[in-house]
Order: sequence, then C-alpha cells, then structure tokens
Amino acid sequence: MRSTADEAGGPAKGAGEAAGEAAYVLPRGVPLWEIFLTFLVIGATSFGGGVVAYLRAGLVIRKRWLDEEHFMSALEISQALPGLNATNMSIIVGDRLRGVAGAVVAFLGVTLPGASLVMILGVLYASNASNPYVNATLVGVGAAAVGMLTAVTLQIGRKQFGGLIDAAIILITIAMVSFLHISLLWVLLTVGPAAVLIYRPRRDDGAAPSDPAGPRA
Amino acid sequence: MSENLSVLGVFSLLSVLAVGGGAAVLPETKMLVVDTHHWLTDDQFRDIYGLGQVVPGPNMLMVLVIGYHVTGYLGALLAYLGFFVPSGVISWGASRVWDHFEGSPWRRSLQLGMAPMVIGLMAAGAISIARTAIDGSLTVAIAIGAFIGVYFIKKVNPAFFVLGGGVVGLLLLSRTGAGMP
Repeated sequence: MRSTADEAGGPAKGAGEAAGEAAYVLPRGVPLWEIFLTFLVIGATSFGGGVVAYLRAGLVIRKRWLDEEHFMSALEISQALPGLNATNMSIIVGDRLRGVAGAVVAFLGVTLPGASLVMILGVLYASNASNPYVNATLVGVGAAAVGMLTAVTLQIGRKQFGGLIDAAIILITIAMVSFLHISLLWVLLTVGPAAVLIYRPRRDDGAAPSDPAGPRA
Repeated sequence: MSENLSVLGVFSLLSVLAVGGGAAVLPETKMLVVDTHHWLTDDQFRDIYGLGQVVPGPNMLMVLVIGYHVTGYLGALLAYLGFFVPSGVISWGASRVWDHFEGSPWRRSLQLGMAPMVIGLMAAGAISIARTAIDGSLTVAIAIGAFIGVYFIKKVNPAFFVLGGGVVGLLLLSRTGAGMP
C-alpha cells in the first residue's frame, strides 16, 4: 500500500511493455462530474499519507482511466517537479482526461475533503489550544508522526541507503538542511544538478544511462 | 492586508520549492512560519502538523490552518491557493511537454539523481518535526512504537498508528501533565 516510484516503477515498466500496450486507450469524454467524484472519493478516503497508492487503486485498477505505464509516467513528472505528488498527479490525470477543466475538478476533488476537515479541526484547535487534553493528544500525534515519517523515509529510500553514491547524496542533503540550515533553494540548486550530473547519460548506451551504481556493487 | 500578501508569498515560495513533496519542504516551512515570520510557536507548528496527519488527503493541507492562524479564513484560502496553484501549474505545463522528451536518457538521469536528494529532504523533514515533537521519554516511546508499527505491519493503515499515538498521549500525558507548556 506504500507506493513509491522505486517500488512500483521497476516492475511496472517492464510489465507494461511485455503485456502489450495496444490494449490501452485514453478514455474520451469522461464527464467532469465523474472525474470530480472519483477524485473526491480518493481525497476523502486516503488516510495515513501515501495518497499515490490510493490514486493508483482508484485510477488504474478501478476506473481503468490509465494503464500502469501512463500512471508511472505521470508519477515520474510529479516527483521531478515541485509540489505534492498527490495533487500533481491529480492535475496531470485530470488534464489528460478533460483538459484544464478536468485538471481543476480533479485537484479540487482530491483536496476538498481533507481541506474541509483540517479547517474544522484547525478552528476547534484555535479555540481549545490551551485545553490540556487537546494538547496531550496532539503531543502524542506529533511524536507518532515522527515515527511514521522516519519509517516511510526508510521504506522509500531502502534502495538508496544501500549505495555509496546515493548514501553520500542523502547525508549531504540532511547535513545542509538540518545542521547547516542552508536555505532549501540553495540545496535544490546545488545538490539537484550535481546528483543528476553524477547519473548523466553515458555515451556508450543510448537509451538508459549506465548506472554508476554498477561498479560499486 | 500586507499579512495576507505575506501568507500568499510564503506559501507560493514553498510551493515551487516543494521538490520531493510535503515532508521535503517541512524544514523550510517551519523556518519561514516559526523563525522568520513568527506566525506560530514551535509547539503550535507541531500541533498543526499533527492535525494534517489525521485528515485524509495530502498531509500538507495543514497549510490552511497556518494561514487561518495568521489572517483568518482569507489567510487559509490564500495559503491553499499559494501552496497548490504554482506547483500545480508547473506540473500541468510540464506534463504537456514531457512526452517530447520520450526516450531522452536524461529523464532517467533525472530520476536517479533526484531520488536520493528527495530521501535526504524527507529525512530532514522528520528531523525538523522531531526537534519539537520529541521531548521526554514518553514521546520517544510513542515515536518508536509508531515507527515499528508503520515499518513492520504493512497491512495496517499508518493513520491508525498516528491516531494511536494521540490516544496514548491523551491517556498518559494529560494525567501527568508532562510535555505541557
């Protein structure tokens, strides 16, 4: 249920090519209300983070609006660009189905349930911030969130932590943000291009860049 | 009015910086909201982050509550638009030109290079929340419990463990008064 590009990406791509793409056609003329409703249901039920997993279940498996390969390609764009994967994905898929209007209703659908709920909680919190029971509960939630975030980071990064180059990029990024308190903009502008250059396409193979991970193994 | 503009500006900036998603932009969010603009205290930031954890959809919808704390409902709306529209427009535009780069070997380079940086940013996000949320042995125990639950028991929704942390906090912390301001 934790879907990440790394876990889902590898096998999905191979499978998509093998299974024959001819079967998939982008649905035409899906009504806007149906797009909105589908994303609304995903937005209202995707508890616990990892909205991408719910999107995959809803869009690829239940609705068949996308096949695995198109889903992964949308995820790839969402991850490389700023913004949350969940909202970026919704916008991209909505746009594929019904253009700009589709993108807008998909975005609204996936965010409105959570936005309304968090606002209700936020207003209640503002008027009960000094209540010891509210405080104690949120202290517990905050502590648990740290555990969850750590677990999710380790799960998504399991592959990366094993490689020397990736582990170095991870540690440098953590050091810059958490300990040197360098602004995120500078981290993105320095570590990002450097990391992509390390993995730049090699001349000897056209399609896929040779993985510098190779020699270290 | 200038406060409203600041809310819009801060969250639009965070929007375009949010490479790698919500957790990756947490340290910067905390820095701008708590240290630079003094809109929230450390504890309020942790509490509001917690609210984002227990609602469905993206956790970063908590930005609405931050906006609400600054200038009320208008602030919430501006934080929502600021945080989601700029990055949304970028993704929308990029997805339309992305297919032109079909087969470009740089697409894979981009993926391979970004992945470890994003993991690093997410870890920094966890550290940033931990600095306020972890205070005393009970919070350490709750965090370890949630970690073990989420990491090893994959069949259970992670939200369950986060809510469980809230219940443990309610039962144990409100009685002892530990962790109270």
